[in-house]
Amino acid sequence: MTIREMAERLEATVYAEPDQLDIDLKGAFGSDMMSDVLAFADDRDVLLTGLLNSQIVRTAHMLDMSCIIIVRGKKATEEIKTLAVENHIALLETKMTMYEASGRLYEGGLGR
Amino acid sequence: MTENEPLHFHYDVDGNNFTSAGEASVQVKRMLRQMGFHPDLIRRISVAMYEGEINMVIHAKGGDADVYVTPECITVVLKDVGPGIKDVNLAMQEGYSTAPDNIRSLGFGAGMGLPNMKRYSDELKIDSVVGVGTTIEMKFLPA
Repeated sequence: MTIREMAERLEATVYAEPDQLDIDLKGAFGSDMMSDVLAFADDRDVLLTGLLNSQIVRTAHMLDMSCIIIVRGKKATEEIKTLAVENHIALLETKMTMYEASGRLYEGGLGR
Repeated sequence: MTENEPLHFHYDVDGNNFTSAGEASVQVKRMLRQMGFHPDLIRRISVAMYEGEINMVIHAKGGDADVYVTPECITVVLKDVGPGIKDVNLAMQEGYSTAPDNIRSLGFGAGMGLPNMKRYSDELKIDSVVGVGTTIEMKFLPA
């Protein structure tokens, strides 16, 4: 599923360069614990999280992930946005809970 | 690069700033990319080193990170003068953590740090003395 389609399904606010929207991802991993993300996520996954600090971008960057979805209506800080741009990581913000966002992406075929 | 003379890179890990934790790993990742190592190898190294850096910041007020690179092996040495690890076997168990609750609210302290370092490295050595400090050496071998 492309990042563009994820944004549509999650009615998300997008912080990304246009070419990033065409990146096609294979799966997803959702957690607020970054060590669990580091243990289990794959570079072709999108990261869903409700955690809001610079380490979500560092974690995604270490794993070569290209997109982070911030759930539960939280807003990315300027620090997170800047770090995401520097590391070519797309940011989406959705009002949905992690459960609903995950469900909508799964329903759309992501990770199936 | 020759086998006898590894390239050596040194980084200071600032223990007072959680926000900047991981910067040494970011630099190592960039450097290894420039050297042309395989992305899977680079990912393993940067994740393991990142966990180590976070541990140094959480538990030991920072420390020194040294990376030695040859075409055959990348060695990451993380040295701190923190409280030391009382029971290394226990610390290696997934889910065991001595990190305070405020660290969990930052997304770490789930007891996955050392297990992740073992998971992603080819060799992990832990030398820790309570009250003196901890030195962790990880080796990574290109496939």
